[in-house]
Amino acid sequence: MRLNDLTIKQAKQGLRNKEFSSEELVKTCLDVIEKRNKSLNAFITVCKDEALDKARKADDLLKNGQDLPLLGIPIAAKDIFSTKGIRTTAASKVLDNYIPQYDATVIRKLKDTGAIIVGKTNLDAWAHGSSGENSDFGPTKNPWNEEYVPGGSSSGSAVSVASGMALGATGTDTGGSIRLPASFTNTVGLKPTYGRVSRYGIIAMASSLDSIGHFTKTVEDSALILGVTAGKDEFDATTPSETVPDYQTSLTKRIKGLRIGVPKEYVSGQEGVTAEVKANFNESLKTLEKLGAEIIDISLPNTEYGIACYYIIQPAEVSSNLARFDGIRYGNERESFGDEAKRRIMLGTFTLSVGYYDAYYKKAMKVRTLIINDFEKAFEKIDAIASPVSPTKPWKIGDKTNDPLKMYLSDILTVNCNLAGIPGLTVPSGFIDKLPTGIQFLGPKFSEDLLFRIGHAFEQETKFYEKKAYET
Amino acid sequence: MKKKLMKHKVVIGLEVHIELKTKSKMFCNCSTQYFGEKPNTHTCPVCLGLPGALPVPNQLAIEWCVMIGQALNCQIPPFSKFDRKNYFYPDLPKGYQISQYVQPFCVKGFIDINGKKVGITRVHMEEDTGKLMHETSASLIDFNRSGVPLVEIVTEPDFDNSKDVKMYLQKLQQLVRYLGVADADMEKGQMRLEPNISISLNPSSNELPKYKVEVKNINSFGFVEKAINYELERQLEILEKGETPVQETRGWNESKAITVSQRVKEEANDYRYFPEPDIPPIRWTEKKIEELKTQIPELPDKKSTRFQRQYQLSSYDAEILIKNLSLADYFEEAVKAAKENATAKHIANYIINTKVDTDKILPAELVEKITQANRVETVSADELKTVVKKVIKDNPKIVQDYKKGNENVIQFAIGQVMYIIKKKIDANIVRKLILEELK
Repeated sequence: MRLNDLTIKQAKQGLRNKEFSSEELVKTCLDVIEKRNKSLNAFITVCKDEALDKARKADDLLKNGQDLPLLGIPIAAKDIFSTKGIRTTAASKVLDNYIPQYDATVIRKLKDTGAIIVGKTNLDAWAHGSSGENSDFGPTKNPWNEEYVPGGSSSGSAVSVASGMALGATGTDTGGSIRLPASFTNTVGLKPTYGRVSRYGIIAMASSLDSIGHFTKTVEDSALILGVTAGKDEFDATTPSETVPDYQTSLTKRIKGLRIGVPKEYVSGQEGVTAEVKANFNESLKTLEKLGAEIIDISLPNTEYGIACYYIIQPAEVSSNLARFDGIRYGNERESFGDEAKRRIMLGTFTLSVGYYDAYYKKAMKVRTLIINDFEKAFEKIDAIASPVSPTKPWKIGDKTNDPLKMYLSDILTVNCNLAGIPGLTVPSGFIDKLPTGIQFLGPKFSEDLLFRIGHAFEQETKFYEKKAYET
Repeated sequence: MKKKLMKHKVVIGLEVHIELKTKSKMFCNCSTQYFGEKPNTHTCPVCLGLPGALPVPNQLAIEWCVMIGQALNCQIPPFSKFDRKNYFYPDLPKGYQISQYVQPFCVKGFIDINGKKVGITRVHMEEDTGKLMHETSASLIDFNRSGVPLVEIVTEPDFDNSKDVKMYLQKLQQLVRYLGVADADMEKGQMRLEPNISISLNPSSNELPKYKVEVKNINSFGFVEKAINYELERQLEILEKGETPVQETRGWNESKAITVSQRVKEEANDYRYFPEPDIPPIRWTEKKIEELKTQIPELPDKKSTRFQRQYQLSSYDAEILIKNLSLADYFEEAVKAAKENATAKHIANYIINTKVDTDKILPAELVEKITQANRVETVSADELKTVVKKVIKDNPKIVQDYKKGNENVIQFAIGQVMYIIKKKIDANIVRKLILEELK
């Protein structure tokens, strides 16, 4: 086993016990990047020299007995997180020469706790996409089979963790952009409660939906990172002062007696969930039952309106958020925008226009309230929800690129969670035709600790995470 | 205005923008003291609209906005929010301005102007933009002003003449200064006004004219009167020809004293307003609203009434004393210090007539001066006359200069008389005697 196959927890132990140095650990990751990034295209920018320099500094601190949550751990950052002095492109040609003058709050927190940023990962431009193909820097490929998409929009981050280029990676999830790629790459993906993690410094896609999360190999690692990134930020007015619990302590609690709801709308077939995905999901439910959880059928009656509602609100906010990229003060001119961004700018501009606002945006906001109510009502009777993440297994590169609507529908099981602002956790649940698939757990706002507990129990029982994309 | 034969009704409404004088900007920690500073030195990712930056509202600015509304007798709805006003302009770094559209902080107020009630439609909070500077080879942008808290006060179209408009603006300026929330210095651009002017040919109808003309670039209260009057004549001329003036934005050209067309509005601008997702809505408790109300000091109108009643001042004197809060406070301090030695009326007259430098003379010192001046000693009329005659005789220049029309020489003569008498006497009596002697 190579160092980069370790979980963050294992790596921390190894560093503390002086089994290896941070420099060695980071070097191993950089080696894989060097070897495989050409084909996988997971990174847009690799910070080799800075990373090695920081690793050596981390080693000094380790020698002095310093103990920080992520000291010496190589982490990748989605290239939509502002990094001071390091080019941040959002995978769009518009920003291919933009160097931020400040760090996103999450980046600052990661650095402050000793993490080493190895590079900036590829994504669907501006986080617009579900497959990882819509990048101006070329598509990211799935390390489990390079003919297949890794899922998006946080494609590069998912792939970086799945292929041992970093031990963890940051992502953003506006409609499924963390959970979907996690499910397609056999990684753990967390979309926290809206506002749990600061959005400051992360290039906004749809401000009322953007959740800031991350990818790891295990649920335990995911909890560790959230412990660092969560909390009130004076630079983000949407982060509440809700206390951050110690996610590690509740992690190992058993899940016996927990009531886990399965929304009939998610598995009835009407949302296009394939038989193979359903079969995999049913297997997962059996595992949960074996662990003592009670599986309860529930209904979220407004589920079917989710995508329509999402594709009104999200482009509306996108159209406003992308207005600043006018090429006057930084970046390139507007003609550098790709088709998908243009599509969303036009959609959003249209739905916000006088005479259309009431029919589209205002109505969508009302539907959003109904969807929120659906979840709130459901959580009166159950502790958490389980569902598949993607209605299908990963698809071949190119399969959906000419049909935007088809692409949008791949988020059908994930967007409602964003509309409601609740947390979601994706955990590997096995393989379909040798391609990874995952299960997602949803809970009430600020119930990340509960989701970690369920995810951890499921993961320790199934141990799918131990399977690697390729032998090294 | 020239008298016109046609029957008509003037309809004017006002939009006023006032910069608040909070220490930091509306949505970031940058300083608001940008006036005269080097361009782009008061900026950060937030007010530069850099990717990923987020607005965090300035609580004090919001409270001040509410207090302005309360001072204008507005209702404060318990629920309010910010909206995005989307439009493109190079001085607007985010491509949208954070403003308030459907749920502003203050609604439905009024203010008394010349005994007439003028409705205040709304008072809302927004952010200022950057400033464009057009050089010969390029246009430059200074973002120091970007994000400075701006309060917009909108009136109903209740004005029917330019004099009332001017008075409203003066009162508004006085009000925000009393509240201590803004300096509202027109020359520094801290107060900007845009009248909307139109004329109805059907005075009995309550229906508004089908067009309106907005006038911008007016940077003094004097010009507002001129601009409105010019505009009314212009519009009336068009109406009398049986035509309708174009709905447009015009600019006030100070040197030519005319308004010129700037932008014709084909239809209302579509700003694609929607709720600002980066700022949670604001919910007020009744307690908080009441608390803010208690922070409002006695306002000019009330103070004037009280001064007239409590100190037996004329409304003219009272209005002068309340013009600014510091003068009003100075007057009351002096009254307190005087006790029985001088009446309030006397102090008021002294302050008004001698234009006391309130920064240099303490109220107690002023009282001292007044009581001294009051202690006039008597000198017999004959003795005085003798001295006056002697002064004029000893100083032939007095007569010469006086005949040449130099009135200042009287002051010199009074001084000479006083010097010889060496007593505190009423200068007016001396003056009278000198003038008689010079006849």
